[in-house]
Amino acid sequence: MTSATDSTITVPLYRLAHSRTGDKGNRSNISVIAWHPALWDVLVEQVTEAAVARQFALRQPRQVTRYLLPQLQAMNIVLDDVLDGGVNDALNLDSHGKALSYLLLDLPVTVPAHLAPYFGGPTA
Amino acid sequence: MANNAKLLVGCAAGFSGDRTDAALPVVQALIASGQPAALIFETLAERTLALAQLARRTDPDAGYEPLLADLLRPVFALCLAHGVRIVSNFGAANPHGAARRIHALAAELGLSRPRIAVLQGDDLSGPEHRALLQGALGDAMPTEPIVSANAYIGAQAIADALRAGADIVVCGRVADPSLVLGPALAHYGWALDDWDRLARATMAGHLLECGAQVTGGYFADPGYKDVPGLARLGYPIAEIDADGHCTITKPPGTGGCITECTVKEQLLYELHDPAAYLTPDVVADITQARVQAVGADAVRLTGVQGHARPATLKVNVCFESGWFAEGEISYAGARAGARARLAGEVLRERLAGLGPLRIDLIGVTSIFGDDTSRWLDAPTSDSGDAQDVRLRVALQHRDRASAQRLLREVTALYTCGPAGGGGVRTAMRPRLGTVSCLVPRDAVAVRFEMVD
Repeated sequence: MTSATDSTITVPLYRLAHSRTGDKGNRSNISVIAWHPALWDVLVEQVTEAAVARQFALRQPRQVTRYLLPQLQAMNIVLDDVLDGGVNDALNLDSHGKALSYLLLDLPVTVPAHLAPYFGGPTA
Repeated sequence: MANNAKLLVGCAAGFSGDRTDAALPVVQALIASGQPAALIFETLAERTLALAQLARRTDPDAGYEPLLADLLRPVFALCLAHGVRIVSNFGAANPHGAARRIHALAAELGLSRPRIAVLQGDDLSGPEHRALLQGALGDAMPTEPIVSANAYIGAQAIADALRAGADIVVCGRVADPSLVLGPALAHYGWALDDWDRLARATMAGHLLECGAQVTGGYFADPGYKDVPGLARLGYPIAEIDADGHCTITKPPGTGGCITECTVKEQLLYELHDPAAYLTPDVVADITQARVQAVGADAVRLTGVQGHARPATLKVNVCFESGWFAEGEISYAGARAGARARLAGEVLRERLAGLGPLRIDLIGVTSIFGDDTSRWLDAPTSDSGDAQDVRLRVALQHRDRASAQRLLREVTALYTCGPAGGGGVRTAMRPRLGTVSCLVPRDAVAVRFEMVD
């Protein structure tokens, strides 16, 4: 239960989740998997299709679709037409888009401070 | 195979280009278990088959996985001696050629002649299939020369070949999870419309099909996801029970790790709608799936459901689509970014009229950018204080000589470009485009043939 005076902090998504990219044709799928179940609600609230589309402005996906898998505390983000045609057509060094999980993991997320013990990565 | 013991399936390769020394610990673990077992090698990505088809043009005996003997040699004798069946798509564009190579390898190693089954029917590149492809592709039918056309076939023929006594099943294009479902079908005798069981074993295949990606590969991130022994990664083994549920482990004494995190990442890899993962064999639904660690480096997958398989098969068509050219040059020290950016502008002017030129500043922005390089022209774009910047440019063109101009212009930057530019590298290769379509299942005649 949060009160109106609960403090929040803003952290990159990589403190809340890990991620992997896959590709098929011109479509990329990026998983977002919570480090801990306690982080799931804030991920659902903030890692929205609109937030992902803004984060990927450099790549201009035609569509962003989010699928939720609550039993796994995971979501699957599918970005259409984001790979310049895909592995056979793109001019990118990383034509699969393998690195794109780390573009998503930079997304700023505002989190109640009391969830900090569940963050991934080094403790302060 | 006894059908009251649980089946083990190991994977020793996840793509063409994978390590070739993963199989031995996997096979030793399979044998030590005393359980019925199979070993898969997955070596056929989308592009790989088209490249194999090109290889076959210049050498009719080629077109199968070039590293086939390297993959098989360390474990061939052990597998034959202990009844570990081998299933692989390393047949690629020449499954019969692969079978001949395997027979030769057996002779070289002094082994008795193995029973090899060759799967056929996936190759739709012949003239007799052209009308089928044209009908399925419509306006998307390539006008350029077609290099390959292959249907993704499923597990049924693999299971039939194993039941007929094959020691090794050599496939061309199959759906990757079918490499695991085939042995499961043969072992348990499930009906082909037992959708839940087929879906569960299919997802076991999906966890295995990329090799080390479930055992700590494509995962390590120091301080966030630490993986011991990345240089000695153990490859995965799935124990599949009579209901199709699986537990993923790896051989003892190997590096890597299997955790709920590694399994969740691989579970969702290359998936779209988790309620509908389509394969030739079934539509798998992982919306209720659960992943649970059941021991050290042991994770169980349950909750997978299945629905009726699609009425169609996916076909990949590859065609010649010109040339791809790229070139790079490095700048370091003060104003490296500005000098690299200037070199990019020079090339844009020298190569004007050849079509879109991709410009990367490696060390500033490269792989996150798109092919229009829109970030370069944005008002906020700034090379900042980057002290080591590698300019990379790339284009594609129908015409070889035109594509080659990029290589020459990048090379000329040594004397014509900004100060301190060094380390030019250039490369060109033929480009293969792909397009996909769906064909009715009964348009594809799948069968296996025992090769002696």
